[in-house]
Amino acid sequence: MSIQVKIFASLRERLGSDGMELPVDGIRTVADVWARVAPEQPLGGQVLMAVNMDYAQADQPVSDGDEVAFFPPVTGGAG
Amino acid sequence: MTVRISAEPFDPYAELAAYTPRGAANRIGAAATFIGFMRDLNEGDEVAAMELEHYPGMTEKALEKLRDEAVTRWQLTDALVIHRVGALSPTDPIVLVAAWSAHRAAALDACRFLIEELKTRAPFWKKERLGDRERWVEHNTPG
Repeated sequence: MSIQVKIFASLRERLGSDGMELPVDGIRTVADVWARVAPEQPLGGQVLMAVNMDYAQADQPVSDGDEVAFFPPVTGGAG
Repeated sequence: MTVRISAEPFDPYAELAAYTPRGAANRIGAAATFIGFMRDLNEGDEVAAMELEHYPGMTEKALEKLRDEAVTRWQLTDALVIHRVGALSPTDPIVLVAAWSAHRAAALDACRFLIEELKTRAPFWKKERLGDRERWVEHNTPG
């Protein structure tokens, strides 16, 4: 009964963690996951979220076995 | 209909030469391609090297979704996206996008769509090395 958390890029460096496994107890939404990952920090516009590799909003429900990711705005491509 | 993440350097011209678009070749009237390279200058600073990080799994999923959107919207015959990750040096190719269609407008518009959308939707992050310091790229440069 757990949620797999992944953290990328500058956010990983800022939080000092690339992720963790969290017990699902008490977690209902992406925002609840963030509150466990970074209790001191608001979930602002500079943090993007994904559930099971699809972009998500903070109020999206999560459940046992989900993978939840947090990362900064993306900067791929070139030119 | 290929989407590929490459941890190794790739030659976009060789990739194009080796790629056979799906479908009937005699129905393809246009191919549009875009190749993006690493510059040695960004926001006025000399960039010595770059590390491109991605979210394995989600990157492929996001690119495949984009490709499917483009193929449907412009009725493409085929589309190809190859994107580098890992350690890059100036002049290295970063991304190749190609679109094949019956007519030029669809190929050109779809190619533009794919590279522009990829920049805001695919989970890649660039970290630049400038002499003795590093910095994360925080926003894309305007086209």
